[in-house]
Amino acid sequence: MSNAVSALNGKVATANGVTVRDCGLQGMISMRGTFEDENFFTVLSHIIGLEIPDVRTIVSNGDRSVAWMSPDELLVLVPYADVNGIVAQIEEALQGSHFLAVNVSDARSLIAIEGAGAAEVIAKNVPVDLSAGAFGEGMVRRTRMAQVAAAVWCDGADSYKVICFRSVSTYVFDLLAQSAKDGLVGAL
Amino acid sequence: MLILHCPYCGIDAEETELAAGGEAHLKRATVGDSDAAFEEYLFMRENKKGVHLERWRHAYGCGKWFLAARDTATLEVYGTYPAQTQEPPQEVKDAIRAKHPGWAWKENA
Amino acid sequence: MSTRLSTGGRLINRNKPVEFQFNGKRLKGYEGDTLASALFANDQMMVGRSFKYHRPRGVVASGAEEPNALMNLNSGGRFEPNQRATTQEVYDGLTSTSQNHWPSLEFDIGAINQLFARWLPAGFYYKMFIHPRAFWKHVYEPFIRQSAGLGQVPKEQDADVYEHFYFFCDVMVVGGGVAGLTAAMEAAKSGKKVLVVEQTAAWGGRAVVDGGLIDGESTEAWINQTLAKLADMPNVTLRDRTMASGVYDHGYVLAYERLTDHLADKSGARHRLWRIRAGQIVTATGAIERPLSFAGNDIPGVLLAAAVRDYVVNWGVSVGDRTVVVTNNDDAYRTALALKKAGLSVPAIVDAREGGAGAIGAEAEAAGIRVLKGKGIAKVKGGKRVTGVAICSQAGEGAVLEEIACECVAMSGGWSPVVHLWSHCGGKLVWDDAKVMFRPDVDKGPTGADGKPFVIAAGSANGYLGMAEGLADAAAAGRAAAGVKGEGAPSATDAAEKAVAPVWLMPQGAGPKKRMKAWLDYQNDVKVSDVMLAAQEGYESVEHTKRYTTLGMATDQGKLSNINGLAILSKSLDAPIPAVGTTTFRPPYTPISMGSIGGSARGDLFQPLRRTPMHDWHDGNGVDWEPVGHWRRGYAFVRNGEKVHDAVNREILNVRENVGLLDASTLGKIIVKGPDAGKFLDMLYTNMMSTLPIGKCRYGLMCNENGFLSDDGVVVRLNEDTWLCHTTTGGADRIHGWMEDWLQCEWWDWKVYTANITEQLAQVAVAGPKARKLLESFGGDMDLSKEAFPFMEWREGKLGEFDARIYRISFSGELSYEVAVPASQGAAFWNALLEKGQEFGVMPYGTEAMHIMRAEKGFIMIGDETDGTIIPQDLNLQWALSKKKEDYLGKRAQERSHMADPKRWKLVGVETVDGSVIPDGSHAPAPGTNANGQRNTQGRITSTYYSPTLKKGIAMALVANGPDRMGETIEFQDENGGLIKAKIVDPCFYDKDGEKQNV
Repeated sequence: MSNAVSALNGKVATANGVTVRDCGLQGMISMRGTFEDENFFTVLSHIIGLEIPDVRTIVSNGDRSVAWMSPDELLVLVPYADVNGIVAQIEEALQGSHFLAVNVSDARSLIAIEGAGAAEVIAKNVPVDLSAGAFGEGMVRRTRMAQVAAAVWCDGADSYKVICFRSVSTYVFDLLAQSAKDGLVGAL
Repeated sequence: MLILHCPYCGIDAEETELAAGGEAHLKRATVGDSDAAFEEYLFMRENKKGVHLERWRHAYGCGKWFLAARDTATLEVYGTYPAQTQEPPQEVKDAIRAKHPGWAWKENA
Repeated sequence: MSTRLSTGGRLINRNKPVEFQFNGKRLKGYEGDTLASALFANDQMMVGRSFKYHRPRGVVASGAEEPNALMNLNSGGRFEPNQRATTQEVYDGLTSTSQNHWPSLEFDIGAINQLFARWLPAGFYYKMFIHPRAFWKHVYEPFIRQSAGLGQVPKEQDADVYEHFYFFCDVMVVGGGVAGLTAAMEAAKSGKKVLVVEQTAAWGGRAVVDGGLIDGESTEAWINQTLAKLADMPNVTLRDRTMASGVYDHGYVLAYERLTDHLADKSGARHRLWRIRAGQIVTATGAIERPLSFAGNDIPGVLLAAAVRDYVVNWGVSVGDRTVVVTNNDDAYRTALALKKAGLSVPAIVDAREGGAGAIGAEAEAAGIRVLKGKGIAKVKGGKRVTGVAICSQAGEGAVLEEIACECVAMSGGWSPVVHLWSHCGGKLVWDDAKVMFRPDVDKGPTGADGKPFVIAAGSANGYLGMAEGLADAAAAGRAAAGVKGEGAPSATDAAEKAVAPVWLMPQGAGPKKRMKAWLDYQNDVKVSDVMLAAQEGYESVEHTKRYTTLGMATDQGKLSNINGLAILSKSLDAPIPAVGTTTFRPPYTPISMGSIGGSARGDLFQPLRRTPMHDWHDGNGVDWEPVGHWRRGYAFVRNGEKVHDAVNREILNVRENVGLLDASTLGKIIVKGPDAGKFLDMLYTNMMSTLPIGKCRYGLMCNENGFLSDDGVVVRLNEDTWLCHTTTGGADRIHGWMEDWLQCEWWDWKVYTANITEQLAQVAVAGPKARKLLESFGGDMDLSKEAFPFMEWREGKLGEFDARIYRISFSGELSYEVAVPASQGAAFWNALLEKGQEFGVMPYGTEAMHIMRAEKGFIMIGDETDGTIIPQDLNLQWALSKKKEDYLGKRAQERSHMADPKRWKLVGVETVDGSVIPDGSHAPAPGTNANGQRNTQGRITSTYYSPTLKKGIAMALVANGPDRMGETIEFQDENGGLIKAKIVDPCFYDKDGEKQNV
């Protein structure tokens, strides 16, 4: 634990009023299960302390969030140190039912994009309508970011988070930093 | 560049988010089946100019496979539907037949 | 002389002079000038030479359609050839040079080609350079490359940056003229999200120059008011200097925004490629004027009529004091009037129509302009610039009636709607005999995902050239695009006009001599005579004629020449124009930069590079990288003064004698969990995985449904319902996808979940006789002894301060542990191994050492021993094919007769007699030839290395009846056509009984 370092190790870049920032070590649990099974939701909701999000949305409270990933997959975000404990709790509580809870904290990187124009910086790289009317706070989108897979969500005015695979986090960070540096479009 | 509606996450996804998977509704032949049946499964494809039923994966999105009824010549999309089915749902068949009366697909007439 | 007028020029700012260079000369212009208008202002009539004959070329148009004025712009990292002077705005410090001449624009050796023009007709290159064959490579090609070609290729890396931008809208309006603005306003009023793009820096299109009133206001005032209203609407986005380059399937549009091309300050992105999804697209792209075909119509000073008035009105530039207007329609009379208004002289309007023009004809005559009706131009006089014209009867063969001195000829052959974007995605055209134009067939637009049309042409792009009819059409188009009902349009009046006359050759009976001087395609030097010759030689298809004559090729893609060319072809073939048809319109509308297509994908961002947690350490410690997919893996770790292969050999010997570390983090790791996980893995792997005891590891093979080997790796049973499947580095994503495919699409009722956790773990192979000692030096809560932790088992616990899972597996044949720790601790763990390993002689080793060591052990490698046509039986892996299972993926395929054929080549080891290394992929010839007369073969090399352990060349090969031929010597080819003798041996060269790994 004392040896743990996030892939981007706290990197920050700012240009044209947009900051691209490594969020550091972030606990993440990939949860798969049957959403139609009430018990699955109840147990998860109880352990995480959050409602289960609707399709393509994220719910948050303090340092915990749950994001909808697919019809049988959720991403649970909790503090890095809490992950193993929570996975153990889930495994205990859901014993006997068909589910999967796996720690993916180190498999991914979490990057914040903040500031007026943040949406445009992202929109240079994803085939997604990021205009305010189409993509608001609490919405999640898994998509292609330039040449790699990524998940994007909006967690406030001019504030977005991007999750990508750990191995390509330098690529994604540099891509977003370059997009910020190249200037704003003024169209979103 | 195509846009296909992912029936799982509800996104109208553009082609670069998707991975194509060839013809849909293949019937797996295996041990115990004749050479002819196995050949049919492994190699024989419709390769239509016109209405085609095909597999797509929302690879960069929710990761789910879905099926699409698409005209390979005009690129009209008659509908997309989940992969867990042996044949297109009625509304997709209706949409196809509205444009192509009497349309049939293998045994899914 | 062309010159700057003392007044006028709505687009230039006379208070902002700028200085630029042309062919090394310092010239002055104003902000708002295009390079073309600024060159005219400096009396630079000649701006380049043509492609084939090196004829003097002057500016002919005033916009994107320009075929002649192609420039090299800037220098060094910003050098760019073939840029149109008519669309490049001038700025302080812009440098430009003309093209296609040597040694200079004024005196050009290549111009001698025009003396031989008679012998350089259509298809000349095809006819001339085919014989003798041998001449092509050394004589013809170098010569043609030298003399032909447009601008030069940039030699330096592009100094600019580029980007993409994704945008979504309900309605996209292409074209910021009055039709586009009208359509945009109608669509925007509905509340729909609207994007309007205009390719130039100025909104309003031709309307301001052409004059008239809209809603009782001057066109300029109306345009400014409308723009202001649109800019105020939150649902409207306006972009100038943005060209819609192509319309693609399902409403996809690419638009090319030029951000810094007009600025001296080049910071920020130079071009932005908009990747747009539009519900409906309105193409208000206007129309392009056609030239007329008369002898000498390419001499500098002959321009399109509308361009001549653009230069006067927009930029305050006169092409010459005296302009003769020649036309087949009423519109060109506007040019005559505009010139008059600017105080310039118009000696005559030469109208090919016997009846002359409508109301505007009388206006011209009232202004004192002489109108010659039913007349044409027999010939333009002059060489490097126009000196006059000879007038003839249009009906005749060109007998000269009189000569008129002038500096400029303003020609108009009528207007062609810009139908490119309409046509890109399949919109059909109709020939309009009355208007003498191809216009969109409004009922046959391109259709989208819903089967309905998604492009609507508007205004003159739809064939409505008059202001009132164009605005009415555009308003309707805007409403249709927004899906709203309504009526009304900005009001305007169209004066009664006389119909345009189809005039394709001037005079109509022009003989061969004149036809050889009547240019259709200025850029490619295609003349009326060339197209006629093509028709005579049997070219009936317009597409073939295009390629044969080069009509409509290159940077302008025939914007001026296509219709005239196909009209000549139609006349030559005696077939109506619609029967001849047009060539296919393809994106981009005008050329776009390569940089914009790549966007940010250049330099370090060209391709994603996948890094393991130990990447930076490798990078700083002599690594020789090997790309494996997008990963970079260390091929070897080179020390001072070492060659790469010395490093590989050192690494191998160190593993065999001490202990080595391999970064194995890239290996795929997939969790498979659920009540049906065992059953699922039994289908996926050829061997049995459901029976694997908890705590144990098993090597497994995967095949595709063809029976061919697809991947391999060690499977680990974690608990009752959870397995961890290791895949090859390249197989991780593919095999995870393969699993999901079967689970989602075939066995969707099986209860199995998968998760790809490849990047969650950093994994290190610790291999060598001292591996155990090294790991034991960490301390922790795991007993690593032989007895407590046997081969092919795994343990989980603390290794010193690290959370670790250890697998006792070996790919090197040595005592070996693969240790997985969380990726965030990977770098620290690697460093700890190096530090603690010092006393044991630890060294990192790379993928090449790993490859050689596995070959010494006779282990197969997916991608070396397999190539997508190899079944496990070929590699003697029958032991891994479960006989207890009814089915597994690939089993049925392996029962096919060809797969069961005993004559299939099988894996063996190969040892050269002289100890040398056989080239990879080398074949072993066999006696006789096959049905195609090719030499028979009996085997091929799949892996081959120098083994530092055995100190000789070793290889693996697939050989006919190989396993039955142990000890036999056969021959493989070397790289020079010779043969290498090699003995067939067991593929396991090292420690056959496994005593080394099992200690």
